Amino acid sequence: MVPGKNNEIDALDGNEAAARVAYALSEVVVLYPITPSSPMGESCDAWAALGKKNLWGSVPEVVEMQSEAGAAGAAHGALTTGSFTTTFTASQGLLLMIPNMYKIAGELTPAVFHVAARSLATSALSIFGDHSDVMAARQTGWAMLCSGTVQEAHDFAAVAHAATLRSRVPFMHFFDGFRTSHEIQKISLLSDEDLAAMLDGWALRAHRRRALDPERPVLRGTAMNPDTFFQAREAVNPFYAHCPETVEHAFDALAERTGRRYRLFDYYGHPQAERVLVLMGSGAGAAQTAVEAAAAKGEKVGLLVVRLYRPFFTARFLSALPETAASIAVLDRTKEPGCVGEPLYLDVVAALEERAGPRPRVLGGRYGLSSKEFTPAMAAAVLAELAKQSPARRFTVGIKDDVSRLSLEVDESACAEDPGTFGAVFYGLGADGTVGANKNSIKIIAEETDLQVQAYFVYDSKKSGSMTVSHLRFGPKPIRCSTLVQRADFVACHQESFLERVDVLERAAVGATFLLNTSAAPDEAWSRLPREARETILARKLRFFVIDGAKVSRDAGLGGRINTPMQVAFFALAKVIPDSVAAIKRAIEKTYGKKSAEVVRMNFAAVDSALALLGEVKVPSAVGEAAGRQPAAPTEAPDYVRTVAAAVMTGRGDELPVSAIPADGTFPTATARWEKRNIASEVPVWDERWCIQCNKCSFVCPHAAVRVKAYPATGLSGAPAGFKSVAWRGRELPEGTRYTVQVAPEDCTGCGLCVEVCPAKNKEETRLKALNMGAVAPLRDAERANFRFFEGLADAPLSQTAAGSVKGSQLRTPLFEFSGACAGCGETPYLKLLSQLFGDRLAVANATVCSSIYGANLPTTPWAVRPDGRGPAWSNSLFEDAAEFGLGYRISYDKKRSHARMLLERGAAAVGADLSRELLGADQSTQEGLEAQRARVGRLKAALASRTEGDLKDLSALADSLVDKSVWVVGGDGWAYDIGYGGLDHVLAAGRKVNILVLDTEVYSNTGGQASKATPRAAVAKFAASGKPTERKDLAALAMSYGSVYVARIAFGADDTQTVKAFMEAESYPGTSIIIAYSHCIAHGFDMRQGLEQQKRAVNCGHWPLLRFDPRRAAAGQPALQLDSKAPSIPLKDYAYRETRYRMLASSAPEEAARLLALAQGDVERRWRRLCGS
Amino acid sequence: MDLSTRYLGFILDSPIVPSACPITENIDTLKRLEDAGAGAVVLPSLFEEQVRAEERTLHHYMESGSESYAESLSYLPAPADFQFGPDQHLERVRKAKESLGIPVVASLNGSTPGGWLEYAEKLAQAGADALELNVYRVAADPEVPGSRVEAEAVAVVADVRARIKIPLAVKIGPYYSSMAEMALRFVRAGADGLVLFNRFYQPDLDLETLEVGPKLLLSGPQAQRLPLTWTALLHGRVQGASLAATGGVQNAEDAIKMLMVGADAVMVAAELLRRGPEHVKTMLDGMRAWMSEREYTSAAQMKGSMSQKACGNPSAFERANYVKTLTGYHI
Repeated sequence: MVPGKNNEIDALDGNEAAARVAYALSEVVVLYPITPSSPMGESCDAWAALGKKNLWGSVPEVVEMQSEAGAAGAAHGALTTGSFTTTFTASQGLLLMIPNMYKIAGELTPAVFHVAARSLATSALSIFGDHSDVMAARQTGWAMLCSGTVQEAHDFAAVAHAATLRSRVPFMHFFDGFRTSHEIQKISLLSDEDLAAMLDGWALRAHRRRALDPERPVLRGTAMNPDTFFQAREAVNPFYAHCPETVEHAFDALAERTGRRYRLFDYYGHPQAERVLVLMGSGAGAAQTAVEAAAAKGEKVGLLVVRLYRPFFTARFLSALPETAASIAVLDRTKEPGCVGEPLYLDVVAALEERAGPRPRVLGGRYGLSSKEFTPAMAAAVLAELAKQSPARRFTVGIKDDVSRLSLEVDESACAEDPGTFGAVFYGLGADGTVGANKNSIKIIAEETDLQVQAYFVYDSKKSGSMTVSHLRFGPKPIRCSTLVQRADFVACHQESFLERVDVLERAAVGATFLLNTSAAPDEAWSRLPREARETILARKLRFFVIDGAKVSRDAGLGGRINTPMQVAFFALAKVIPDSVAAIKRAIEKTYGKKSAEVVRMNFAAVDSALALLGEVKVPSAVGEAAGRQPAAPTEAPDYVRTVAAAVMTGRGDELPVSAIPADGTFPTATARWEKRNIASEVPVWDERWCIQCNKCSFVCPHAAVRVKAYPATGLSGAPAGFKSVAWRGRELPEGTRYTVQVAPEDCTGCGLCVEVCPAKNKEETRLKALNMGAVAPLRDAERANFRFFEGLADAPLSQTAAGSVKGSQLRTPLFEFSGACAGCGETPYLKLLSQLFGDRLAVANATVCSSIYGANLPTTPWAVRPDGRGPAWSNSLFEDAAEFGLGYRISYDKKRSHARMLLERGAAAVGADLSRELLGADQSTQEGLEAQRARVGRLKAALASRTEGDLKDLSALADSLVDKSVWVVGGDGWAYDIGYGGLDHVLAAGRKVNILVLDTEVYSNTGGQASKATPRAAVAKFAASGKPTERKDLAALAMSYGSVYVARIAFGADDTQTVKAFMEAESYPGTSIIIAYSHCIAHGFDMRQGLEQQKRAVNCGHWPLLRFDPRRAAAGQPALQLDSKAPSIPLKDYAYRETRYRMLASSAPEEAARLLALAQGDVERRWRRLCGS
Repeated sequence: MDLSTRYLGFILDSPIVPSACPITENIDTLKRLEDAGAGAVVLPSLFEEQVRAEERTLHHYMESGSESYAESLSYLPAPADFQFGPDQHLERVRKAKESLGIPVVASLNGSTPGGWLEYAEKLAQAGADALELNVYRVAADPEVPGSRVEAEAVAVVADVRARIKIPLAVKIGPYYSSMAEMALRFVRAGADGLVLFNRFYQPDLDLETLEVGPKLLLSGPQAQRLPLTWTALLHGRVQGASLAATGGVQNAEDAIKMLMVGADAVMVAAELLRRGPEHVKTMLDGMRAWMSEREYTSAAQMKGSMSQKACGNPSAFERANYVKTLTGYHI
């Protein structure tokens, strides 16, 4: 019997697989969140909170740091003092660790960093997987061990920990981000005994003995000079020479315990292969499938999978490679522009140099960047290339490169999926529980059968109303292909509306089963299908079933989450386990049994009633009369939208050729308006009879879907019949002005904030207001026409003063609209306001946070332009450097302006003395002044158009710099309080005219709710699973301490007037300003519709006192600080316990929750006293 | 002075019993109540509807927004040992029982037949000495006859009685057509005592916001007349079941009145919220002073001495507001 063969089997993802081992073999875990590695740290934090012990019987110390650089520093410190320490990271995070990695390796310190390998940001960031991050760290002196599957991520984690202790070379253990980190597979878990058997006791003790300790003092981290440094670098060589053997030793120990045998280089294929693929990572499975398919046809082909990439053990590589290999293709999952070849390719070429005999031909190819699919057919295309007389020496595979023409042609039908494996694809809406159900289903199959399983999930780029696609495979054979399901035996569409815009049946195999969640009965369902779906059903002979999952869930009390009935239907149709209802109930009991009898009850009710609503549709023999799918973008949309954006919107982005994508990552703005997502089932409806024209509905709308406009009565000519209009109330605009509140029905997310804020009650029926939610279906067409007409109305000619109020600001068209932010988002109203107040001159430097994702995750952007084409200009550098990036804008704008002024003075004669004087002396402090300057700049350009003198041509090019720019740095609390604080502080101190907007959600929202230094005491967050024990940082106080910075703390839901004032004052302040804006967030765990009320409570309980600190007031002899909210009037708990982030702790650890809450109440009171100066 | 009284089969050192309210929520104040001389305590009610709603709500927000966007597949840490549901409440009962020497009465307001039984059993298992069923219902559906409402309430008592062994009190509302008959039916169904009366939640209007909502009104002295009347009427007529009077009791005199009309226990809440747990002692001191001044030797002596059966003017408890006028012409 193979020892360990009876080990526990579980279905889990690569992150958890690696984290389980890392946790068991660590004493200190330092963390900083970054996708896709965050779940590893989150698991460790959660386990520590539960008191789970490591291999040595203690609970690891889990510590979150302020950045990856900080995490690496803390790891270095913990390692050098003798603790077994680990961390998890990816992408830019790994880059930030590099300086310390050199140190850790240089000091021969055993350590393992587990990396979910991810693309590095270049012209765009991408959260998805490739090797560009690990390859950027390959020179640090760390060993690099690569896992390609979930089982390997588990096994190699242990191998890395064992080998590092034995070799003293630190290890990067990496696997492909998302593809492996987030793929669920059934694996055999290593037991504690297995882990103990793999570690060497002497090596553990040796590590401890080397610890820095005053009891036996040593000196480390010295400075060396030319006389000794070089020798010191060479002194480490024997350790690197020995390192591969330590890995082999650990592989042997693993094989002995588990029967799973790995080598430094694993070779598959014909022993006398002539053509060989070389690669590492999750692509190996697809390559192996292709090699086996070719071998079955008698071709002499092979695959060499690299496990240990650094130190590169040439001798083992050469011995693993068949001597017959004459044509080799090395595939790199990274891109190094300008190189001779990518890293693995170069290593292979160099290694082959040392081989005797004929020199093989070596091709270098790139594949799979940013989780681009790598399929067996693509591997087959590479094998085919290798067989050519004159193959491409450098190539790409998986894209269509019509620019450099490097891409190989791929015949996707060349390599089929294993027919014995069942493939299933599910299309769901983000909020409907589809992904959760499928994770659950795959676990059920894994537990209840001997089948192998695989699950992988694809999400779109939006945070609200997003489409998820789940790819499930199960079957008797090992599932090696880490690709999306190509030919599905089962396709489920959990949202009927997807059929109108996406080819849901694209992956359906002939004879597959199609399940649709619809309110239509089986005999009506066919008539509701678009033409394309009917054609596919007929052509591929699909069986078609429907279920009213929404009704089942609604009746059971499960709301919009249709996971349970859909899961019941899937099992009933897939017939993979005999008594699936009982199995589902067992799974429900297991998941929720200990937590909530009520949740179990509701789900059981849904299970019991689901099958009654499942029915088969009798498929007619002909397509019949049916409308086709809606085009993704209308014909009047700009070219970019109709081609590139539309392809991405409909899931066909992979088909875009290289030429379609801007080489430098520069895209047009004002594109979100073309992406009509239609995600709301209810939208606000204006009842003009009660409206008091306060414009608050528009002010709070996170998606700029509620608009208000004041316009001359003449504008009404040609209005659609149902267009509503009333007389304008107010003196700011001329008599006869009309007023309309208009909803964009296709862009609204249905969050209801507008209805909540509406102060105007229907006097006859007080449950109603001047805005009420109404079903969108009967309204959509009419309101679409109304909105189109509304957009054509010109904005009211408001003065700057009038526009600088809550009411006035909303009469300006927002230049931030229809973002992909969460429904009810608490951040976007601030950005929208910013765009309304200063959008025409706005330059945004955005940190990599939520706002950069809903602001610029392709295919579209909400940043828009006004009719003359002016509007916010936006860019993102990194997560950590937004303040510095924005300061760079300012320095540059100022520099260009001063240069232009110099040229203008010098060329006054050519320009005209009057124009020159006016341009130089212009007052641009008002909108009118700014527009006048723009007109002058226009005249200047016209005057210079025909001039050929160098100075004058330069002046023409720099002319726009004579118009004021409003520079805004935008980021969240994770950036401002943690990773970007150093830069932020420097910019505050620099005194330049830079405005900083901190959208403070008190948590890392974008990466899924990790604690930041803004997280309040007593709240639960990831990395603070036991409740944040310490007080939140008072960023406003820190900024005020400079005395020279304009500081405001605002909460638009609590005081919208103060919010507008703060923006106006910050922008007009001649130095640096910072606005810290309370942003309610989905991560707080409450009904976002209550966001404004919750903001009021945050202020009323003293958690978020409103203030403005204006150094101009101090200069005028007044107190600089103005408190804009009253003394706390409600206890903190009346605010806090309306949010799950606080309530969770009250449920899991009531006494600790009460203790922390009492301390937090004390924080609030102390801060208030401090603000009041007492 | 002997203030002891027999309630639900327990001999209490004093008849003052803090009823279910925030002050009986935590151990510290419970101990202070005991130290101040409370005869027993009633812990805050476990509201089945609230427990279930809370479970649903927490579950909803734990999952909302999850599995939607690749970077933020969840927003809160995974709560492996999360306690939804009544566990915390049961823990409070356990702790109260551990910490106190006086009887601990748990209180329950169910909303489903299964819920009444399940939670009653759990509360008993958690160590409650007795259980008070908060038979609470606003019968607002014009299609539902009173007979059904009554039958359902009595059935709950009978079912719970059959399931648990500890003494059972039933806290009832006063709005039954035949209050006395209902009282007897509850006792026949197995109630060891009746608590008179439950205060129904009555919302208020906010004229600024035009919203209807809760607005806590602590009971004042006017609230004591209803329990006073019905305790007087029921004393000695409900097969020996205990009676507890609750509502509007503020001071020693109020408590003495309740004892005199026949209450075995006098429940206090609002006044303790206003004055703190030590007010129990003030009340008891006041009772002792009053009694010794008038040479009473025990509470038992005066208990029921002014019930309808025992008082000199029995009709006073049965008539409405013109009784006083008539009494002027009494012959």
